[in-house]
Amino acid sequence: MEYLIILISAIFVNNIVLAKFLGICPFLGVSNRVGTAAGMSAAVMFVMVLATIVTYLLQKFVLDPFHIAYMQTIVFILVIAALVQMVETILKKISPSLYQALGIFLPLITTNCAVLGIAILTIQNDYNLLQGVVFTAANAAGFGLAIIIFAGLRERIELLGVPKGMKGFPISLIMAGLLSLAFMGFSGIVK
Amino acid sequence: MNHFKHFTKGILQENPALVLLIGMCPTLAVTTSAFNGAGMGVATLFVLTMSNIVISAIKNWVPNKVRIPIFVVVIASFVTIVQMTMEAFVPGLYKSLGVFVPLIVVNCIILARAEAFAQKNSVLDSLLDGLGMGIGFTLALTTLGGIREILGNGSFFGMRLLPENANTILVFILSPGAFIALGYLIALVNKLKKSK
Repeated sequence: MEYLIILISAIFVNNIVLAKFLGICPFLGVSNRVGTAAGMSAAVMFVMVLATIVTYLLQKFVLDPFHIAYMQTIVFILVIAALVQMVETILKKISPSLYQALGIFLPLITTNCAVLGIAILTIQNDYNLLQGVVFTAANAAGFGLAIIIFAGLRERIELLGVPKGMKGFPISLIMAGLLSLAFMGFSGIVK
Repeated sequence: MNHFKHFTKGILQENPALVLLIGMCPTLAVTTSAFNGAGMGVATLFVLTMSNIVISAIKNWVPNKVRIPIFVVVIASFVTIVQMTMEAFVPGLYKSLGVFVPLIVVNCIILARAEAFAQKNSVLDSLLDGLGMGIGFTLALTTLGGIREILGNGSFFGMRLLPENANTILVFILSPGAFIALGYLIALVNKLKKSK
């Protein structure tokens, strides 16, 4: 039950992109086509779960026992950067087809604030490891849901006659605002 | 004169949040009030200026292949300094900015300026570039925060403009309002740029 609440709250109620504003850069950057959006969300899911597990273990077994929790930001960002590099290298060796599908998105993920943000939030919310993994996976799913819906909307809006000044970025932002308004309808399901 | 241009370009012509469109996450997330926007802007301004200075000072000793990790460590150190300072002196602001204070480290503006400017230019120019970009970012965040606070809460920097029980457009301080307000602000900037 507790896991279900984490799951629903992270995907719908407190959607990572539309309510928490994490991962806006890829949300606006790679949402031109539904296909690329799906690839990006798969890569994010993969890296985010891995990063949460590694940073959680580091926090509990290295940073906390040695009382150097103030090093959190520096340690986490380096670990995530190294992790992404490692995943890229390993994927290239063992599964070239998967690498081709996800490869171009991986370097972009290092600067994705969602990965670092969720790793820090997992620690701040005092989750245990399993709860943390569920929380992360649910957030990644929420990211996927938002970006895929948004990419679908953007494919449609290309065909419309948008006023000149609103073309491109402004209209996308306003559309994201309406999407976020729609997601607000979920609030109240879970406290 | 030439140095001066590095300073002014970040404020209007290449404003990071409104023209270059980078650093969107904090721009949208923390601008629920003018004060929060300004606080975030100043924190970013400090990190950006300091990391620009250090990176341009050490640029000759940094091997090209490992430059990104080195830049990230420099940036993360300054972010940690900001984090501890804010927690000690402005705990209220620190709390309302929340996870976005440590997230300054992944703000694309800072790494982008390190890559595109600081590692190729002198310390003085990098300092001016960092200051200009930081001030531009602060102004954009304060403006957006101000608009959202006035429309959504009827106040500006905490001062009440409308009576306590006035009907305000609450949605502007909730998350959808961030997207909508920023969308119109960027459209306005586009329009102004075109008519010039």
